[in-house]
Amino acid sequence: MAVTERRTAGLDVERVRADFPILSRTVGDRPLVYLDSAATSQKPRRVLDAERDFYERHNANVHRGIYMLSEEATELYEGARAKIAGFIGATDANTVIFNRGTTESINAIAHGWGRKFLKEGDEILLTDMEHHSNIVPWQLAAKATGATLRYISITDEGLLDLSELGSLLTEKTKVFAVTGGSNSLGTFPPVRQLADAAHAVGALLVVDGAQLVPHLPVDVAELDCDFLTISGHKMLGPTASGGFYAKRELLEEMDPFIGGGHMIHEVFREYSTWNEVPGKFEGGTMNIAQEVGLAAAVDYLEGLGMDEVRAHEEEVAGYALERLLGAGARIFGPTDTSVRGGAVSFWYKEVHPHDLATILNEEGIAVRAGHHCNQLVMRRFGVPATTRASFYVYNTKHEVDALIEALGKAESVFG
Amino acid sequence: MALDEIYKEVILDHYKNPRNKREIPDAELTCSKNNPLCGDEITVYVQADGGKVLDVSFVGQGCSISQSSASMMTESVSGKTVEEVGELSTSVRGMLSGEIEPDEDEFGELVALKGVVKYPIRVKCAVLAWDVLQEALAGEGAAAGTSPH
Repeated sequence: MAVTERRTAGLDVERVRADFPILSRTVGDRPLVYLDSAATSQKPRRVLDAERDFYERHNANVHRGIYMLSEEATELYEGARAKIAGFIGATDANTVIFNRGTTESINAIAHGWGRKFLKEGDEILLTDMEHHSNIVPWQLAAKATGATLRYISITDEGLLDLSELGSLLTEKTKVFAVTGGSNSLGTFPPVRQLADAAHAVGALLVVDGAQLVPHLPVDVAELDCDFLTISGHKMLGPTASGGFYAKRELLEEMDPFIGGGHMIHEVFREYSTWNEVPGKFEGGTMNIAQEVGLAAAVDYLEGLGMDEVRAHEEEVAGYALERLLGAGARIFGPTDTSVRGGAVSFWYKEVHPHDLATILNEEGIAVRAGHHCNQLVMRRFGVPATTRASFYVYNTKHEVDALIEALGKAESVFG
Repeated sequence: MALDEIYKEVILDHYKNPRNKREIPDAELTCSKNNPLCGDEITVYVQADGGKVLDVSFVGQGCSISQSSASMMTESVSGKTVEEVGELSTSVRGMLSGEIEPDEDEFGELVALKGVVKYPIRVKCAVLAWDVLQEALAGEGAAAGTSPH
């Protein structure tokens, strides 16, 4: 079935695609159809240029040298912080901490805040929808402190079962860590509602923003979350860029995570004192060029407009859901596009996801097959793995058509 | 091209019509393993005597590579000594890692799995059955070594 590309008001997909050099490559003799942006997004030329320009013209370590290059590098690095803070609505740029992204961020929070303040009898509330990176660091913190883990379950539709909030979120709950967007089910939980519920019992809300910040307009003041993690590589930025936002008082009271250079104020034989926030959390030479590249990605996204980004994804994901269901696929996650993003997990006929992904690769289509670091979700729905197609600003309905056509080929091999 | 190589008719045949896919309830040797990456699961049952494999079967679920590999394996090791099974297992691993160019006489239908070499992430699917068998035989191997035969 051929469709005419309907252009959303502000997003000209063909022009967007022209900004991404990798999208003009082929896989064998097929054009690349990249449907794995939930794993990592592709990068526009502007981001690649920003990183190259940094290395070619401004490269030096930051916050160190008394010379022009170092000052320029510091200005670019701190400029990136201000840019990213603005993107998520943080009024104080220094409440954005840089690191490699969400995994490192949740470890920093579970270690620096969790191990310092949790104690036996306290509860950590998670959900069955969490990525392993929002489970394992809390398991480690629970083991170290004697705190207990609790989980909110998932409904058949792939939403969080909020009817359990009343019994699971209690005065014992000290922290509630929840995804802002499921990387396998696509679900967007109602973050503000969860923040209010957490605060009502005196708990903090940690939001795994890996699949949220790239896809929806985000304002930390509106969400009222206490922590929000950012994975730069999933929002058109370089790998190992991003970090986390936290309310300033939390950054002041929690412990650092990585010890080393720059994060100290003074070092003595027996102890050290910490640098001011955000330096306290940025020990060692940082991912300077990557954060500068991420700032360029934010510029690019702001140029598109996050409302347009969201509208485009909703349209493409909606079309994909419709066509997949029409083809007889089983969808994991909500089919109502108003509560979900562009990550679409499915099982097609009896074809194992690994076999399906291999066949799709022959057609130039890149999808993810496996448990997506969501073993609790897989167990909830009784499958070992799913195939996941995930969509972003550069994906088209034609690519959805290519996916559906290739499913037919898989069926002819395995049916 | 690669599609034909990896999904040769042999693989699909073994996937759709697996050989020796049954439990041996009173098997002396049995072992189960799974590959959490994709959820492939295989249980192998072995009847052995005097260091010789008399009957091998498997049950499990997973992708075409893991399940066809298990099916082919059961056919290829039946009647071999534990030592010979060990050698074949090493050869199959060599083929899957691209270090050995398989000799059809030695490999038989197992040659069909050669194409997996191009998909490094799926080599784990193909070797799973062999890992399970080797672990199941570990007890028998030790017994055979001390056997008076």
